[in-house]
Amino acid sequence: MNFDLPTSALELRERVRKIVNETITDEVVERQHRTGVYASQELLDGLVAEGLFARVMPGGDSGSDPIEMWTLFSELERMGAPYDDLAVSLIVAAIVNKIGTDFQREQVVTSILSGQARACLGYSEPDSGSDVAACVTKAVRDGDEWVIDGAKMWTSLGQVAQWMLLLTRTDPDVPKHKGLTFFLVPMDTPGVTLQPVHTMGDEVTNATFLDNVRLSDAWRLGEVNRGWGIMAMGIAFERGVMGGTGNGIPLLRSFWTWAREAGRDTDPAIREFCAELAIDNHVAMLLTQKAAWIAATGGLPGAEGSMVKYFANESYQRATERLMDWCGPAGLLGFHVEGAAADGWIEYNARHAPVTTIYGGTTEVSRNAVAELHLKLPRSR
Amino acid sequence: MSDVSTFDLGSSEEEQLVADTFRALFTNESPVEVVRRAEPLGFAPELWGSLLEVGAPSMGVSDDHGGGGGTIGQLVAAVTELGASLAPVPLVEHLVAARAFGAAIPADVLDGTAIATLATTPADASGSFGIVPAGAIAQVVVGLRGDDLVAVRSAAPGPIGANFACAPLAVRSCVGAESVEVIGDAAAFRRAVAEWDALMSAVLVGLAQRSLDIGLEYVRTRYQFGVPVGSFQSVQHGLATVVPFVEGARLLTGKAAWALDGGGDGAVDVAMNEISEPHALARMAFLFAARTAAISTDKSLHYHGGYGYAEEYDIQLYYRRARGWALAGGSLGTRTRDLADDLFPGGAA
Repeated sequence: MNFDLPTSALELRERVRKIVNETITDEVVERQHRTGVYASQELLDGLVAEGLFARVMPGGDSGSDPIEMWTLFSELERMGAPYDDLAVSLIVAAIVNKIGTDFQREQVVTSILSGQARACLGYSEPDSGSDVAACVTKAVRDGDEWVIDGAKMWTSLGQVAQWMLLLTRTDPDVPKHKGLTFFLVPMDTPGVTLQPVHTMGDEVTNATFLDNVRLSDAWRLGEVNRGWGIMAMGIAFERGVMGGTGNGIPLLRSFWTWAREAGRDTDPAIREFCAELAIDNHVAMLLTQKAAWIAATGGLPGAEGSMVKYFANESYQRATERLMDWCGPAGLLGFHVEGAAADGWIEYNARHAPVTTIYGGTTEVSRNAVAELHLKLPRSR
Repeated sequence: MSDVSTFDLGSSEEEQLVADTFRALFTNESPVEVVRRAEPLGFAPELWGSLLEVGAPSMGVSDDHGGGGGTIGQLVAAVTELGASLAPVPLVEHLVAARAFGAAIPADVLDGTAIATLATTPADASGSFGIVPAGAIAQVVVGLRGDDLVAVRSAAPGPIGANFACAPLAVRSCVGAESVEVIGDAAAFRRAVAEWDALMSAVLVGLAQRSLDIGLEYVRTRYQFGVPVGSFQSVQHGLATVVPFVEGARLLTGKAAWALDGGGDGAVDVAMNEISEPHALARMAFLFAARTAAISTDKSLHYHGGYGYAEEYDIQLYYRRARGWALAGGSLGTRTRDLADDLFPGGAA
């Protein structure tokens, strides 16, 4: 094995680090937590200005590189910069770029890659989360138009998105995976309304209601009733390397700063646990890197992308509880509170941790994937 | 595309060749009957003889000093197969001790007719190394006394008595030895311990992978309620839990070997998760592999039901060695706190 990153990735990493240092100021972080919008136009503009956003788009013209994509997202994540909007927008751009029409590319891909627009995902519904193919939001053809009715859940960053990648049911009379169709929905289309969903982790996500939404057939993405294949394409582009596996890094960094300041960094129990957390963080990074390497060498890292999600986030959850305990009551204090451990970051991580084994595929769904793809055990659902 | 000819998370051709060779050797010469027959001492002299024939004891010694000139990466490939088969031979101990001699390696250590081992814990004031891995069968113990790395030669004392892992453990000391020779300094000892960490990590990765494979085979063929127990989601999820540990331990061991072979810039930056310093990486790999082997054998034994507890089934052999071979080098908690001193300098207790 050789762990020397390619020169191009090292150069990309330096540029990303510089952009984050310049754009993710204390004010930007404060705004993120106050508004619940985990996105930074400053960061996006910085990446776009240097051509780094288009450069890592999967399947792009420049021959995109999974190792560079890993480099971008791992750098953003370990620095604690908001990146969920970048990940979702990039995947939507990549899918549209691959299978969209010229019109759709001109509208959606161009606006995303230039930093003028973001996309959100309309997959989950009030009654279907992990079982996403059970979607019941219906799209009915009416001449050259489609009429869409239904509701979507967890449409995160819908507040700042111009586009939604929407999964709909177009045929209720066939097996569930075979009656699905995707649309690109301009968020300002009449009949689309957002309702904020406040979470225990500061982030404000949304429920999106689609009420008699009329869309031209020009916004249909891919063939009618062939939506499931597009779903798989999105997962293949994502490769498990777009973040969500490095939460423990900023956690350990802020905890250790507190431990030093509080004179607790000589406590053998704390030192032992923090060394174990440092090991877990490094293993999570290597597993994510492995997924990128498999993709870079022509493979499909399905199992690798899944296994690291539960490994990393279960470690992160355990760590938030242990570290919070060591801080004592000061660990309960939030941002802007006098005496808060690590300026409130311990308390914040404890509120954020529970969602990390849920979003982007629950740990149960990920274990199913590893049991099936890696261990070759029979489907259990 | 980036230059993936440098960044490479697969095995090299040489490592693959070494792995194939040792897999074949241990499959043929160390089937589980050999492992069982070697209990309780934990040493199969005929198998050690076979390793001598292929030059295994000196494969890690520099070719300038008459050895095979193997890299740590290649030694890792070899001893991963030892772990998979539970081969009862002190190959890790001997490889590390032999490398520590440098140019001064005695002929009988080079060819393996005298077994050498590493005392991972420094000698105490009385000159005792305490319980030493392979101490029961080694003629030469390499260890730290004061600031000197010494080679202590004395007759192998034989078994210490029953122990959890059926490992050839014994108390060894500088006192009463035939000879005590200074062969290096404290830095050489630290390097030798790092190599032991990396190679033992590889052993535990091989052990953990085989333990998982044994568990998988069992749950596919064991029927309860009319179906294979491996079709139950709770069993699948338990086994899936093991997978990122095994794959992660394999990668971390590979990274430690790469750093010990000269890769990386020696970084230790926990705050940014940037670590390529070889001693720290080797210790991280060892500790993680020890956790991995414990989890893998725990799940695998459990899914055997009562049979997992029966001597007749092989999984108990793996369960005991997963813990015993790791602990033979010293308390894992203590070794974790030592690692903390490398990772968090300035705050040492």
